[in-house]
Amino acid sequence: MNDMTPTREQREAALEGMGCKRKRVEDIRFTQGKGNYVDDLKLPGMLFGDFVRSPYAHAKVTKIDATEALKLPGVIAVLTAEDLKGVNLAWMPTLAGDVQMVLADGKVLYQNQEVAFVVAENRYIADDAIQLVEVEYEELPVLVDPFKSMDADAPVLRPDLEGKTEGAHGPRKHHNHIFTWEVGDKDETSRAFAEADVTIKEMISYHRTHPSPLETCQCVASMDKVNGELTVWGTFQAPHVIRTVASLLSTIPEHKIHVIAPDIGGGFGNKVGAYPGYICSIVASIVTGVPIKWVEDRMENLSTTSFARDYHMTAEIAAKNDGTVTGLKVHVLADHGGFDACADPSKWPAGFFNIVTGSYDFPTAHLEVDGVYTNKAPGGVAYRCSFRVTEAAYCIERAMDILAQKLGMDPADLRIKNFVKPEQFPYQSALGWEYDSGDYHTAMHKAMDTIGYRELRAEQKAKQEAFRRGETREIMGIGVSFFTEIVGAGPSKNCDILGVAMFDSAEIRVHPTGSVISRMGTKSQGQGHETTWAQIIATEIGIPAADIMVEEGNTDTAPYGLGTYGSRSTPVAGAAIALAARKIRNKAQMIAAHMLEVSEYDLDWDIDGFQVKGNPQARKSMKEIAWAAYHAPPPGMEPGLEAVSYYDPPNMTYPFGAYFCVMDIDVDTGVAKTRRFYALDDCGTRINPMIIEGQVHGGLTEAFAIAMGQEIRYDEIGNVMGASFMDFFIPTAVETPHWETDHTVTPSPHHPIGAKGVGESPNVGGVPAFSNAVNDAFQFLGSTHIQMPHDAWRLWQAAKNLGAHG
Amino acid sequence: MIPGEFTYHRPSSVAEAVAILANHGDEARPLSGGHSLIPMMKLRMAAPEHLVDLGGIATLKGISEDGDTITIGAMTTQHELIASDLLSAKLPIIGETSRLIADPQIRYVGTLGGNVANGDPGNDMPALMQCLDASYVLTGPDGERQVAARAFYEAAYFTALAPEEILTSVRIPVPAAGHGYAYEKLKRKVGDYATAAAAIVLTMNGGTVSMCSVALTNVADTPLFASEAGQILTGSTLDAETIKRAVAAAEAITQPASDGRGPAEYRTKMAGIMVERALARAAERARS
Ligand SMILES: Cc1cc2nc3c(=O)[nH]c(=O)nc-3n(C[C@H](O)[C@H](O)[C@H](O)COP(=O)(O)OP(=O)(O)OC[C@H]3O[C@@H](n4cnc5c(N)ncnc54)[C@H](O)[C@@H]3O)c2cc1C
Repeated sequence: MNDMTPTREQREAALEGMGCKRKRVEDIRFTQGKGNYVDDLKLPGMLFGDFVRSPYAHAKVTKIDATEALKLPGVIAVLTAEDLKGVNLAWMPTLAGDVQMVLADGKVLYQNQEVAFVVAENRYIADDAIQLVEVEYEELPVLVDPFKSMDADAPVLRPDLEGKTEGAHGPRKHHNHIFTWEVGDKDETSRAFAEADVTIKEMISYHRTHPSPLETCQCVASMDKVNGELTVWGTFQAPHVIRTVASLLSTIPEHKIHVIAPDIGGGFGNKVGAYPGYICSIVASIVTGVPIKWVEDRMENLSTTSFARDYHMTAEIAAKNDGTVTGLKVHVLADHGGFDACADPSKWPAGFFNIVTGSYDFPTAHLEVDGVYTNKAPGGVAYRCSFRVTEAAYCIERAMDILAQKLGMDPADLRIKNFVKPEQFPYQSALGWEYDSGDYHTAMHKAMDTIGYRELRAEQKAKQEAFRRGETREIMGIGVSFFTEIVGAGPSKNCDILGVAMFDSAEIRVHPTGSVISRMGTKSQGQGHETTWAQIIATEIGIPAADIMVEEGNTDTAPYGLGTYGSRSTPVAGAAIALAARKIRNKAQMIAAHMLEVSEYDLDWDIDGFQVKGNPQARKSMKEIAWAAYHAPPPGMEPGLEAVSYYDPPNMTYPFGAYFCVMDIDVDTGVAKTRRFYALDDCGTRINPMIIEGQVHGGLTEAFAIAMGQEIRYDEIGNVMGASFMDFFIPTAVETPHWETDHTVTPSPHHPIGAKGVGESPNVGGVPAFSNAVNDAFQFLGSTHIQMPHDAWRLWQAAKNLGAHG
Repeated sequence: MIPGEFTYHRPSSVAEAVAILANHGDEARPLSGGHSLIPMMKLRMAAPEHLVDLGGIATLKGISEDGDTITIGAMTTQHELIASDLLSAKLPIIGETSRLIADPQIRYVGTLGGNVANGDPGNDMPALMQCLDASYVLTGPDGERQVAARAFYEAAYFTALAPEEILTSVRIPVPAAGHGYAYEKLKRKVGDYATAAAAIVLTMNGGTVSMCSVALTNVADTPLFASEAGQILTGSTLDAETIKRAVAAAEAITQPASDGRGPAEYRTKMAGIMVERALARAAERARS
């Protein structure tokens, strides 16, 4: 061998495949301001749409008069529900089986609801025209508190559902009731509680918040009336689903609709659903025959498209005196706002909330969720969490702390005692899931050792004594969170969206020179798919990631997929990519065998090509094989080298992690400072450790924001408060704690590369870690549970209520 | 979030600017850094038909010292206040306060004149100017007049400034060398207006306070000069009992709004805590 021949290590490194901290290729354009977003799109003759919105949370709309607006030069049209009725689009179906007004049809159900759509030559004129549209309202009693939704005298929010006792998810028991979802064994759980040594019960609220991506929701709709083709560019996390929905609603054949999601500036669930802005833009383009652009502003984004959470969870745990848990009972009151527009797989009205048994071996459990209407914006999206998983993780992680407190046990020890044991996997949970793999004990012990858990507890004890002696006004909290996620929706046996099974797809095409174009049904919004997808392919087929282009978001070219949310891309599309790549490798093996004149069974795969068993000098690289595939394929074999794979996952994946938060709180101001935050994640096989770390940093920052103050609040008459960045808490680098990250690796046994997905873990596990730290700090003053968000004034209030202000 | 239509003017002298304002009355507004006015225009809470940009008037910039008075031109940016050696030496509390305003980008364009003329109780400079007993120089069609910062603010967005007047400079009497000072601001995050803030300037003689001035930000619909708190502290040795009385006197004049920063009760208490903490820092800094 001469010196120029690369070593195996060098060949491996040249691929930048799985496990490599490859720099994000998309960042080259993002960091230079060369991303291509919807609002960058300018088409000839393009008009702009904007909404007249309701100032009231609940009112009859008695009159809409656009006369003055239409007189303003540059105003082309003003659409109302009456106009949309002509095309049967005044209402649209939601992903949750409900229907939703596109434009106010006789009434409004929340503040800022869309009332009329103004189309004008530019955004300035459109906004001027909005002020000129005269709308008459007749105010109705407002229902804000979900706990009052099902009072006998509660106002009727949805006259359109009058008399409907059966909803999309079973019987409705009140005019403001949407569904009851029940899982588990009620009798068995009652028995566990009757026989328990100790029980706890607490109402744990997870307040309403919002994913708030940097880029708001927006689209450009362009109807080509000559060819009958509609093109929609939009901020879509699931472009194919949008195309299907657009086709079903508009009756334009699906092949004549082109949906394109260009670069997206963050989604976090905000961009999964279909919004009135999309429908109105499409209708306006169909009517006018010119392209229509609609771009939400920040206040519209925060106050109307896709809130998250708003779950009020009453949790009860039954346990033995030694801390062994014997039963879990949870009731959830879910505030869905004016329409049930939750973005969950169709059969799951409360998402995968039944992961609420968490990381613990509950022999039995029972869960009931009641969804109700209120005069608030619809949404209920998964804000960087798989469907309602962050709510479930928060619920069980708070409840375990409360149980530890009652038992006088250390919360980490209580968790370890009840963990599902490594030998129990695959583990059947009491509420119906099969956890694929896990080693919770190893992760927990590694985390506790790294952070110095016992020493921190000793320090906390000393601080508490000093506080009691009046030597300090600071209290210290240690937050423990051990979460189990459920991601990768999902198997067609239980997951679909509007009837489309939740598979995903990949298509890989190797060119004659050995470079690659690949397309997926997913859509990155910042996750770095262009980088990581190429890494999977690189490892699987031995072509350098730098030679592999990844394309997503164009429904004309990409294979059908269900999109990116719920940490599903790696578990589902990641598997499709690996399997498509393996099809290519299998064909390459036959071509190599032909080239080397041996049987394909005499070949070994070796990093970037095939070599003859026992004779490694006789080898063909993938580059050579690719050329041959187009130039001299074996007789009888189709030329070319490409493959498509549609992957229907056999199960979900179950990432987990151990998070610890150490916090100091000034009781006189309520200001909390996070001193340390340690996050150990186990997401199975790690494709790009640097991207994982970035995802964890981002998710933890969101978790910090949510737990410590990020909230969509309403006053008693339904005014949405703080729907701007002045009040909605987006931490800057100054407020954000320093993150310490760590990992263990427990691959998923059913996933082709063992990867589980990580994007959402930090949000799911982070929120309880912060909240538990706050609650842990206040515990010695006699507190059991303090509701989120933990902003300064609320912590001050808590301290005051506990007598800490003397 | 799109402003209404307006005509843009860029005069090059104060006289020209005043003439434009006088011509259009209530329909016209001066524009300085625009970092209060433009957000309000985008929300259509303000819809001036004429914007008079003061950015082209060279005489409105700069910081100068004349005997016991420092004069700061209205168009001096918050960044320039931080960078000024003169202010660092003579009035360091101005730099300390400026650093707590918004973020660097905003401080590069936001001006002192705009900050004090705006009339938003959330602005930090007005209370500081009251604490320092500054005066504002106002120029109108009939010439120049001076109004004390302590007499300038009437209600939220209502001040002694007439629609055809421009605030051209701020005049500040230089406090005694070796004075103690502190601006304490409680806020939710970088870029937020105060939940409560307190400005304190004091001088010490031996262990006794010979002068003390206290003012509060964002705990009423105007900045608050806490004269009683200052009087209680003056002549004291800053013993715990006196501090308690002064804090109570400061809290007593607050009338904060309940908002996302917290209920009124909390914000009043935080005003007290800010006074207490500012006092501790100011006393520590004071050279007897
Ligand atoms: C995100 C954000 C955070 C902020 N946080 C803070 C903060 O924490 N503390 C704080 O104090 N400020 C804060 N500000 C406001 C900022 O400091 C502004 O720059 C300042 O309040 C106004 O100064 P300006 O030069 O921008 O004035 P402009 O916005 O141009 O004008 C403000 C008002 O004053 C009038 N005006 C301006 N100059 C004159 C003049 N010379 N004579 C007469 N009238 C005049 C205008 O007509 C207008 O009504 C923040 C702003 C933003 C956008």
